[in-house]
Amino acid sequence: MAIPWPWGGLRWRSAENVRRAVAGLRVRVAIFVTCVNDTLYPGTGKAVVRLLRRLGHDVGFPAAQTCCGQMHFNTGYRAQAVPLVKGFADAFAPYDAVVTPSASCAAMVREWHPRLVPAASGTASRVYELSEFLVDVLGVTDVGASYPHRVTYHPTCHSLRLLRVGDRPLRLLREVRGIDLVELPGADECCGFGGTFALKNPAVSSAMGADKAAQVRATGAGTLCAADNSCLMHIGGTLSRAGASVRPVHLAEILAATEGAPA
Amino acid sequence: MSDGAMPTYVGMPSFPDAAREAVGDRRLRANLGRATATIRAKRAGAVAELDDWAALRESGKQIKDHVLANLGHYLRLLERRVTEAGGTVHWARDAAEANAVVTRLVRATGEREVVKVKSMATQETGLNEALADAGIAAYETDLAELIVQLGDGDRPSHILVPAIHRNRSEIRDVFRRAMPDAPEGLTDAPAELAEASRRHLRAKFLSAKVAVSGVNFAVADTGTLVVLESEGNGRMCLTLPETLISVMGVEKVIPTWRDLEVFLQLLPRSSTAERMNPYTSSWTGVTPGDGPRDFHLVLLDNGRTDTLADEVGRQALRCIRCSACLNVCPVYARAGGHAYGSPYPGPIGAILSPQIRGIGSDVDASLPYASSLCGACFDVCPVAIDIPEVLVHLRARAVESGPRHPLERAAMGAAGWALRSPARLALAQRVASASRNVVGRGGRIRRLPGPLKAWSATRDAPAPPPESFRAWWARTDGGRTEEDS
Amino acid sequence: MNARDAVLGRIDRIVPPRSAAEVAADHARIDRAYATRHHAEGILDLFAERVADYRATVRRVAPDAVAAKVAEALAARPGAHAVPSGLAPEWLAGVDPSRLVRDPSVAELDRLAGAVTGCAAAIAETGTIVLDHGPGQGRRALSLVPDYLLIVVRADQVAADVPEALGRLDPARPLTFVSGPSATSDIELDRVEGVHGPRTLEVLLVDPGTG
Repeated sequence: MAIPWPWGGLRWRSAENVRRAVAGLRVRVAIFVTCVNDTLYPGTGKAVVRLLRRLGHDVGFPAAQTCCGQMHFNTGYRAQAVPLVKGFADAFAPYDAVVTPSASCAAMVREWHPRLVPAASGTASRVYELSEFLVDVLGVTDVGASYPHRVTYHPTCHSLRLLRVGDRPLRLLREVRGIDLVELPGADECCGFGGTFALKNPAVSSAMGADKAAQVRATGAGTLCAADNSCLMHIGGTLSRAGASVRPVHLAEILAATEGAPA
Repeated sequence: MSDGAMPTYVGMPSFPDAAREAVGDRRLRANLGRATATIRAKRAGAVAELDDWAALRESGKQIKDHVLANLGHYLRLLERRVTEAGGTVHWARDAAEANAVVTRLVRATGEREVVKVKSMATQETGLNEALADAGIAAYETDLAELIVQLGDGDRPSHILVPAIHRNRSEIRDVFRRAMPDAPEGLTDAPAELAEASRRHLRAKFLSAKVAVSGVNFAVADTGTLVVLESEGNGRMCLTLPETLISVMGVEKVIPTWRDLEVFLQLLPRSSTAERMNPYTSSWTGVTPGDGPRDFHLVLLDNGRTDTLADEVGRQALRCIRCSACLNVCPVYARAGGHAYGSPYPGPIGAILSPQIRGIGSDVDASLPYASSLCGACFDVCPVAIDIPEVLVHLRARAVESGPRHPLERAAMGAAGWALRSPARLALAQRVASASRNVVGRGGRIRRLPGPLKAWSATRDAPAPPPESFRAWWARTDGGRTEEDS
Repeated sequence: MNARDAVLGRIDRIVPPRSAAEVAADHARIDRAYATRHHAEGILDLFAERVADYRATVRRVAPDAVAAKVAEALAARPGAHAVPSGLAPEWLAGVDPSRLVRDPSVAELDRLAGAVTGCAAAIAETGTIVLDHGPGQGRRALSLVPDYLLIVVRADQVAADVPEALGRLDPARPLTFVSGPSATSDIELDRVEGVHGPRTLEVLLVDPGTG
């Protein structure tokens, strides 16, 4: 049963309206954890829940959710993606806002779901990547986090060039207590993950990953942060194979960490 | 070289195979890395200087789209105006037809030599080889094309700088070996190499009777052809010979002279990162007493109408051949241009070659996958070609077109089946979690089975967690019954 | 079917032809929100600066000093120089006529030290000079074959930007846009000056405001 969205036709960019609504009304927020995080990185989903609760917002998890369909769609299996898009729209229809700790999946939903399944556009327009939700909807940059480590931030391609989250993640990170944020050289170059690209073009993908890993190591940071675990899996897997002790940590987990409950 | 749309590149290995070899070539990677890093930074500066870049880009895109939507009108108009100004217009359905037209025109002059100014269209048709078969020698005069032509069996690897895979000392070696009049003691200083090329070609320019050129823009309502270049070899070819034959893809037409104001701002800054390239020549038909007495324009289809017929893929025809997308592409920087098996390498090549040639060959079917979809190419494209969108579109066409990669097909089918149902996904997650101590040690997996070996050859994978997020949520009511959540 | 009818037939089936009036109306609807010029003032300074960025030499001279500056420039370049008919005779008043060859053949051009021309227009924003090869500019080979080129640009010929300059030019004429000396980026994508065209470009900007 879908609760009618009271701000009809709202585009995701006009977050001001949603912000007011979230502040003043009982608005239902759901987490879209993504299939990768659900299966391999549950800690990231838990961090989102903990963080939003700390900021005073309860979060629902519609168990009917599975996957945004990006892997199938981007690999050319459009017919397989369509039922996943429909499933996504149905699962999240009752919610006023959907938060996801993946810039890549948020981009897939907002950019492609309406074009693949026009009926999915309403739900798709209410999907926010975590840093967008925090900065644009909740209007916060200081989320009360503490993370006393040297961190370098890799802006993933889809956060940078599809969602255009800009410096939102960095604005959030800069407010974290105790953090020593160091700039990543060549930050805006792709890490080479690219979904099935990593399997279909392993030589080029690995070469890109090795270059990115070398840049990360050159910063001297002990933590590598990004808004997408799939990219972190790629760079982290490369670092791990090279024996480097850099820890890949999702943005949500740093923002959820406090002195009492470190990441 | 045999028949076909792009005769030079038939039988190329698929992109991943060709790229694997290139990735292992450290010198190639160093050459490409250095050159592209230099031009990337310069381009960013040249573009940032114009505060209306976004508006110029939008206009460029709209003008090109307007042309494509009215292509028949503008080609007929161009044909009429060129003819009125004293030129002759020829049409070619494909590469073989274009080469036959040019060969016939050269033969009619009685000459056995032509000088050429860099042209992607004739690279695409394999004109030089076709002329050679007819006993006509074609001399490339662009420095990079000359380097490629003198380098035995070499091929272009970049749209703007075909010899980008060579560094200065390799170029010196090519000149010493293959340029009979190369000066004694030639060093690898770029100025000396440029000077050697000047001396080598000077006599050719002064004696050539026939030239072949490409075209950057053709203005329909005035019949004016425009060529942008840097070295002056273009001016030599366009003005000194008696006969000029220009070959252009049908998509190069623009409506009016005024429209050029957009492209003369977009192209040089995107291409060589200059405010303006050293020389731009324009001509309308023939001018008595100045330049060629005989001018021929060859309008080439060669797969462009097939591309036009695809409403998503069509935007590739907006391309003005600046090569900014190559210079920012992390895949191109590591795979090099040759891996793309086409005169059009890089991101634009990955969407253009499979469209103009079709997705029949291994290399063409693999090109839409030669990208991590990072989107850097779209950001820098001066005519806003959404290359990632077209790549994904062509991937769907490749999947729908035939029985390639049966294993991948099966895996995608199985994954789709599991992901269509939360219950099936949960089951798969429980199986994965149960196996965590078997497959992973210390939370990581060093070897994966089957096709996933491609991952684990160079990268560790995370071991599955003890429970999935959804299992945790169900067990703890979203953490509400869990302490310290 | 001939190639022309085949290609046009294919195109017409994909994008059906419309009347010229409809096409023109559609063309007029193209968004052109870009600037017609990027600088409002200081156009001559900008032109001089931008030409110099290409490693060309620019000198600003008062109208009555052109002859002296032309003579000075050519004196530094031993040998004879090509000049086109129609070039203002007063600009050449200071040069020994035996060192000037009027409208030489291409073979002669190759033996000359340089050439002197006027121009049709110039573009400040991009540091570009445009020749339309009319009187005082010579046919295209004249400003191409010799290794040295001196162009005299009048202040009133300098347009602020690309759109304005194109508006001043006649596309029916052969045009050459010159931005600095001949150059190439073909070696490691790094620009070096001097390949087939003139390797040295000098510009005299005739500015009545200079004195």
